[in-house]
Amino acid sequence: MIGLLVALAGGLGAVARFELDSFVARRSRRSVPVGTVVVNVSSCLALGLLTGWVASHAGLDDLRTVLGVGFLGGYSTFSTASVEGARLLRAGRVRAALLHAGGMLVLSLAAAWLGLSITS
Amino acid sequence: MTGHVRLVGLVFLGGCVGTAVRWALEEAFAVPTGWPWVTFAINVAGSFLLGLLLELLVRGGADAGWRRAVRLGCGTGVMGGFTTYSTFVLEVDRLGADGELALAVAYPLVSVVLGLAAAAAGMALAARTTSGTTSERRETA
Repeated sequence: MIGLLVALAGGLGAVARFELDSFVARRSRRSVPVGTVVVNVSSCLALGLLTGWVASHAGLDDLRTVLGVGFLGGYSTFSTASVEGARLLRAGRVRAALLHAGGMLVLSLAAAWLGLSITS
Repeated sequence: MTGHVRLVGLVFLGGCVGTAVRWALEEAFAVPTGWPWVTFAINVAGSFLLGLLLELLVRGGADAGWRRAVRLGCGTGVMGGFTTYSTFVLEVDRLGADGELALAVAYPLVSVVLGLAAAAAGMALAARTTSGTTSERRETA
């Protein structure tokens, strides 16, 4: 049962990522793809908030699994980030690739830390 | 509009499948301490497979029809739902909180660098396997 809920939540997360990424891509004039950065940083903030909140409330482990592993896991993506970075490298845009990969990592770590700090 | 709904449905179904597989692997193999091998393997393998898939599709022809359906269902859906950035980043925080400072520095760096290398390797493999057909296509085009 919990597995089914995790899977459905993951599907919804993937749709949320698809819609937000398309929305950002339509509005961004940057040549570096920023949609995945927005998706991953916001997912880390949300997972930090959720993790800190669940840690201080007993008996919510299933909710954390469905929302954290399911929805936010389906919403965030590592593979797209890797392919976007590899495409920048292949185009010879080494600085843009480092900024994309490193910037996303630093911002995501800061967002997760912020989320945890707020709720724990 | 109905076309958009159909594509969103493919992303949803793919996301369900990818997330379910990641969840099953994490349930079966994840350990609560040390190097997060399961997420690490999922993210590096997923980067390779997505690089391979997207490059095969790009080299095969225009992003329309069944190619767009496969890109959204298998790429955005399955591979996007299978790999995870949020769990990966929270694992870095957990390693730091556990006092595993060397791992907390090495894990994100090795993951990102190997993820990029894996994606590039997948793209290169797609380029090798399709180089013949692509040049034929260029000749006839």
